[in-house]
Amino acid sequence: MTALPEKTEKKLGLVIDLDTCVGCHGCVTACKGWNTQNYGAPLSDTDPYGADPGGTFLNRVFSYEAQAEGKAAQTVHMPRSCLHCDDAPCVTVCPTGASYKRSEDGIVLVNEDRCIGCGLCAWACPYGARELDREAGIMKKCTLCVDRIYNQNLPEEDRVPACVRTCPAGARHFGDLGDPDSDVSKLVANRGGFDLMPDLGTKPVNKYLPPRPKDTLDTAPLEVVADEPKGFLGWLDKALEKL
Amino acid sequence: MHPAPSVIIFTTLSGLGFGLFFWLGLGVPDVSGRTAFAFFFIAYALSCAGLLASTFHLGNKKNAIYALSQWRTSWLSREGIAAILTLFLFALVAVPRIFLGAEMAVSGAIGSVLALITVFTTSMIYTQLKTIPRWNQPLTPVLFLLHALGGGALLAGEAKIAGWLLLALTLALFAAWQIGDKRAQARGTTGDATGLAHLGKVRMLESGHTARNYVVDEMVYRVGRKHAEKLRWITLALAGALPAAILLLTSPGHMTAFLALALHLVGAVVGRWLFFAEAEHVVGLYHGK
Repeated sequence: MTALPEKTEKKLGLVIDLDTCVGCHGCVTACKGWNTQNYGAPLSDTDPYGADPGGTFLNRVFSYEAQAEGKAAQTVHMPRSCLHCDDAPCVTVCPTGASYKRSEDGIVLVNEDRCIGCGLCAWACPYGARELDREAGIMKKCTLCVDRIYNQNLPEEDRVPACVRTCPAGARHFGDLGDPDSDVSKLVANRGGFDLMPDLGTKPVNKYLPPRPKDTLDTAPLEVVADEPKGFLGWLDKALEKL
Repeated sequence: MHPAPSVIIFTTLSGLGFGLFFWLGLGVPDVSGRTAFAFFFIAYALSCAGLLASTFHLGNKKNAIYALSQWRTSWLSREGIAAILTLFLFALVAVPRIFLGAEMAVSGAIGSVLALITVFTTSMIYTQLKTIPRWNQPLTPVLFLLHALGGGALLAGEAKIAGWLLLALTLALFAAWQIGDKRAQARGTTGDATGLAHLGKVRMLESGHTARNYVVDEMVYRVGRKHAEKLRWITLALAGALPAAILLLTSPGHMTAFLALALHLVGAVVGRWLFFAEAEHVVGLYHGK
């Protein structure tokens, strides 16, 4: 049933630090790699070496520029993927029951054996987190690497989503956001983590940490010290003028 | 939103078909025998062609049977069930009417209600989406119902009823655009969507991809917005005002009814194309659009 669970035991999700993210797209590549070789239909590329390449990704990094009046502009890199919402509109619109939210850990998944590829869940998602794979005709989305995080065959340090494992800046954190004492929950509390588009009532589990405030220069910029050259430089200036 | 031809054909034709069913169920026009066969044939042809078209945009048709399972939460599932129930019930109405001349008043009336419920569930697939503020308003179901009732009355040969309904449709279309424009503007900015508005004015520097992709193709489709104003007037005139004027101001006849129907059909298709093409999805904000 595509009814949402009333409560999930855990709320597994990501915390993404917009202050630390350098926009390297490492998480995008790691995600594509892992999810092409593992769970479900591979993430296809269409016309990859041709004139009009395209493809399915579960995570994409956008870069934004923010500029306040009279201040220097600042670049913010924002990786965007499924936020595993508590009140996920993509789940309830699904006509087949393919889209579901797990009651044990809150992960939102697609049962590919039931999906008809109608695309309505992608329409219902405000975050553009779902992409219909053009080869498979099946809706693809972030699985929170459900096939890594519980995988006993992997060394313990690898039992996190591929994007978190690969992030060279340490901008991505994985954990239980339902537990107020977890590292990720403390991080969110300390840094003022926020939800994307909270007014739409989706109650995202994933949180974003805002960029830390930039310090501003409190001294005046250096004055020009030598407008009119004097002494030896003055003589050189005049001599060169005459040449 | 990307105006997929399959969805435009589906919503337009099945709306007309179920609209005609509504009137036939009520015994309007009161027909039996061959005439009844002709009317029911048209209603079945339109609704089935529409429903068939709706399956064309599915990526994975083999799982289609599961689409009837989630009626507790999904409007799309409810629509499938309502459509099948309506089509089935009308077989029980049509056969006795055509071959036995029976009236079938009660089951016909139930069928009429079901036909309207079907159209309503179709409209709710779009109305429920908070992500598309233009659709997420009370007039969206009204529009779908008036399209079905007006177009259905036109097909049923009820010129005057159709005329008044199409007049109501004209007003509803106009009002829905006004409300829709306000709602679409209230979507906010890229700064609001990214939660970075406190840092100043936010613009997209680089999108997450250099090539096209599903989200952009499907939900950041903007061609319709360019000519929206002109297409709205065309829709208003062809789907509503002109046929309404013809039906209400001339004496009923086959020629005028046919002309009104032809105009209404073209207008309805243009309007439905625009319904999708001009709709703004909030995800566009992340793309700076």
